[in-house]
Order: sequence, then C-alpha cells, then structure tokens
Amino acid sequence: MEAGTAAAPTYVRRESALRRVWGWLREHAINIFAGLVIAYLLIPIAVIILFSFNDPVGKYNFTWVGFTLDHWKDVFSLSELNSALLTSLRLALFATVISTLIGTLMALALVRYQFFGRRTTNFLIVVPMATPEIVMGASLLSFFLILGTPSLGFNTLLIAHVMFCISFVVVVVRSRLIGFDRSLEEAAQDLGASPFQTFWRVTFPLIFPGILAAALLAFALSVDDFVVSNFNSGTTVTFPLYIFGAAQRGIPVEVNAVATILFTVTLVAMGFTVLQQRRAERLAARRPPQEGEDVLGTPPVPPAPGGAGG
Amino acid sequence: MTTTRRRLTPYLLLFPGAFWLIVFFVVPMYYMARLSLDSGSLETGFNFTWEWSNYGDALSLYGDPFLRAFEYAGAATVIALVIGYPLAYAIAFRGGKWKNAMLFAVIAPFFTTYLIRTIAWETILADQSPVTKTLDSVGLVPGGHVLATAGAVIAGITYNFLPFMVLPIYASLERIDPRLIEAGKDLYASSRAAFVRITLPLSAPGVIAGTLLTFIPAAGDYVNAFFLGGTNNKMIGNVIQGLYLTNRDYPAAAALSFVLMAVIMVIVFVYIRFAGSEALMGEEAVAR
Repeated sequence: MEAGTAAAPTYVRRESALRRVWGWLREHAINIFAGLVIAYLLIPIAVIILFSFNDPVGKYNFTWVGFTLDHWKDVFSLSELNSALLTSLRLALFATVISTLIGTLMALALVRYQFFGRRTTNFLIVVPMATPEIVMGASLLSFFLILGTPSLGFNTLLIAHVMFCISFVVVVVRSRLIGFDRSLEEAAQDLGASPFQTFWRVTFPLIFPGILAAALLAFALSVDDFVVSNFNSGTTVTFPLYIFGAAQRGIPVEVNAVATILFTVTLVAMGFTVLQQRRAERLAARRPPQEGEDVLGTPPVPPAPGGAGG
Repeated sequence: MTTTRRRLTPYLLLFPGAFWLIVFFVVPMYYMARLSLDSGSLETGFNFTWEWSNYGDALSLYGDPFLRAFEYAGAATVIALVIGYPLAYAIAFRGGKWKNAMLFAVIAPFFTTYLIRTIAWETILADQSPVTKTLDSVGLVPGGHVLATAGAVIAGITYNFLPFMVLPIYASLERIDPRLIEAGKDLYASSRAAFVRITLPLSAPGVIAGTLLTFIPAAGDYVNAFFLGGTNNKMIGNVIQGLYLTNRDYPAAAALSFVLMAVIMVIVFVYIRFAGSEALMGEEAVAR
C-alpha cells in the first residue's frame, strides 16, 4: 500500500481555462436560455408600457419620438375609449358573477358525487377550452342569426362570455376542492350543524380562495376576449373591439396607458390572491383549531360582560 | 334527508352549468352546420336547401388559407415546443427560489390584452425598429422588412401561445419524483441518458397537452395574421371572419368553420392515438 502511494504519480489534470468556461456554460446553459426566453416574454409588455409615454408624429404609434406624460394626463379623455372600457368592465362583472356561481356548483357536483353522466360532463367542460375561439364565435353567431333572437349586442356578448368562462371556473374550483379535507365537514355535522350551515361556515370559507381565483380568471378572460366578442357583439363595442376598430385609423396612445393600468391592476390582484392563499395555507397548517375558534384559526370573541351562560 | 333528494343533488348542482354549455356551446354547432347547408344571400334571405355545394365551392376558393393556417400553426407549435420545453425544465428543476417569479413571468403576458400584445410586436418588428435594423444588418431579412411575412405571423403566434406550451409541460415535469432520476443515476446513467429515458417519457403527457393547447387555437387564429401578416399571409381564420362579418356570406363561412373544426378534431384524434401509444411505450421503458 505504502509503496503504491509513494510511487503513484500525481495525475491531477489542470483544466484549461477554456474547459472551465465551457463546463460552466454547459451547466448554466439551460438557466441562461430560460432567462432569455423570459426576457422574450416580457419585452413586448415593456414596449407597451414604454410607448404609452411616446409622443408620436401623426396617428400611428410605432416609432419612438419623444417622452411625454400628456397621454397619461388625458388617459380618460377619449369618450369612445371610455365607453368601450366601461362596457367591457360591466360585461366582465356580470359574466364573472354568473359563471363563477354556475361553475362552482358544477365543480361541487363533479368532485363530490358519483353520478350517471359524470364522464360526459367532464368531457363537456373540457371541450370548450380546447375549441378554437373562431369556431365558438362563429357557431354562436350562426345560432343567434337563425333564431333571430336575442339581437346581437350586450346580451349576446354576456351569453358568450359566461359560456367560455364556465369551464375555466370549474377547473380552478375543482382543483381546490380535490384537496379538501371532508372530515372537517363531518365533524361539523357531528356537532349538529345542518348541511346548509356546514356549507356556509366550514366549506365555503375554505374554498373561497379558489373561488376568488376562478372569479379573477373569468374576469380577465372576459375583459380580454376578442374573437368570440368580434362575432357576437353587433354594434356594442368592448375594449378589445375598440382597439381592433381603431387599428386602421391609428391607435391612440391613451390605449397603451389604459393597457398599462389594466396590467398593473391585474398584477396587483393576482399578487393579492397569491398572498391570501399563502396566508390561508399557513393558518391551516399552524395547529388544529382550539376550542371556540373557527376553522381558520380566528380567536374567539371574548364573552360579553354580565356573563353569558355556558 | 331522503335518498331521492340525495340522489338528485348532483343533478341540481350540475343543471345550470350543463344547461348553459349545452344550449350555448353544443347546440350552436348544430345551427352552424345547418347554416352551412343554406343557400341564398343577405338580400334574398337564407333557405335551408341541403346545399352541399357550399362546401365544395368554399374549399376550392379558400384551400390556400386553409393549408397556410395549419402550416403556420404547426411551425409555431414546433418552435414553441423547442423554446418552451427547456424553459419548463429550467423552472421545474433549476428554479429554486426563483420558481414562482419565473412562472409569474410566463403568465405575465396574459395580463395585457391579446390585441395589444400583438400590436406591440408590430412596433418591435416595424421597419424602423432597432430589432429589424439589427436583423437586416446581419442579413436575416431577405425582403427588406420583417412585417407582412410568414415569419412575422409565425413569430406572433409562437409568442402568444408560448405560455400554453410551457405551463402543461412544467406541470408534468413538476410531478416527476426526483428519486426516479436519482435511482437512474445510481444505476450509472449519465445525465443525458437519465433525461432521455426517465424525464422525457414522464413528461410526455405534458408535452401532448401543451402541443394540443397551442396548435388548436393557433390554427383558427386570425389576429396575428391580421396585424403582422401581409395580403398573402391570410389564414383560414381571416377568411371566416371576413365572410361572416364583412361579406355576410354566412353559408360559405359556416361551411369553412365546420371543416376547420372537423379537420382539427381528426388531427387531434390521430395525434392522441399516436402520441398516446408513444407515452405508453415510454412509461413501459421506465418500468422495465
């Protein structure tokens, strides 16, 4: 053994600098690539925001001319833009409320009950998500044309928006329901709560973050929708339809400003939901609810002075 | 609670949603099919006459945009896969504390309106933009401009649908048990072998989902072609939109739309059968 170590030559290969660099590159290549792709994803957003500060010559906002805050100051000065935006928001509000309600009920049915037609229903929910929007829009238009009613406008838009939002709401709420601990409900019922009370005081608060997330998703889908709306709007103008119409004549810079506002609001809303979710998960993981607390760990209200009975 | 009521509950819960989807998604397909067999025009009124010639006429007139749509969508899907898979892999396996931020960045484009995102590309690829000028100086711009070419349309489609590719792949990569890869390495697999024989097959469902979620909407898209393409880059979506909303030639438009839907369904069927058996074989290879 000792003879061997004494005689063994040192075969430590000195890695050349080039080899080291190459090794480093290979290891980090994928991270670098990912970074580039993410930059690629974010650059157009940066362009949109940047060009809201542009001061274009003429009507088209494609070349950078100079920095100005004018269009931000007048961001709500174009009446057509404003009414289109308001229409979009109103439509999204109604569509969100209806689709979230309907979708949550469906998700509850799908996750909690075994019933005849379950697989067909699953299929029915997935297919709209995978259908090209143009086919959905065109077929709805055919439907309204042949039936003759309702006439194309806000109502047909509402119908269409609810239709494509339902699937997404179901999928989001369903994923939230699947991880749900039913023993909490059983415990409540063991303590004498009616099914209705169980739902309102145990189930609903716990799945609420999921419902909220689904509602936000539905809202975003509705505000953003273009293709289906294009086919079924008649003379009603939503925000994306306004942009499409304005594209020929030159899109006002205010549109970029509005888009930036929408982007920021959505960002904040998403961040808020994520934080809420984290908070709920942390609370749920903390410890089992003590006596007098509700399921989320909120401490009990101190007994009223004058003594409440036991 | 009576048994009957318990048995009815799921149906009651289901009813509003199922009703809405059936009446406003399934039934309109029937009406579109009916419209495609109408004859007449906006002035003379439309009558249902089993006008099968609508299909033949429409397809012979608009065969080109049809093929082009599938070409562009196919190209965009392939590019999205090539770009998106490594990104999904990086997020799933090399993300660490940046994972959520990276996922956030992937869906951030969806916070802006679809149209504005596409128009932003019009700005980026405009003739006078620094991007175009750089590409031109390197000689990558044969015609002199980037806009109004097939490349621009494909680039737009790829961008707009990239998150649809990345997220499903990420989801299936995320689910892979890292101990499987460890086990492979313990059995002397190199990094590359471990990837090809363990990770890749296990991510197959995500890849299939991602490619379908990208290809299907892309095939019917017309926004990208509208803003970024020229007159000979029109896709079938542009044609359908024009026929429905401008020409009001409803039968032809409905016929084209129906054919588009049918072709997509066939492609999806074939793809799932083919890819399904591939994934199956991949899983077998791992289990063995």
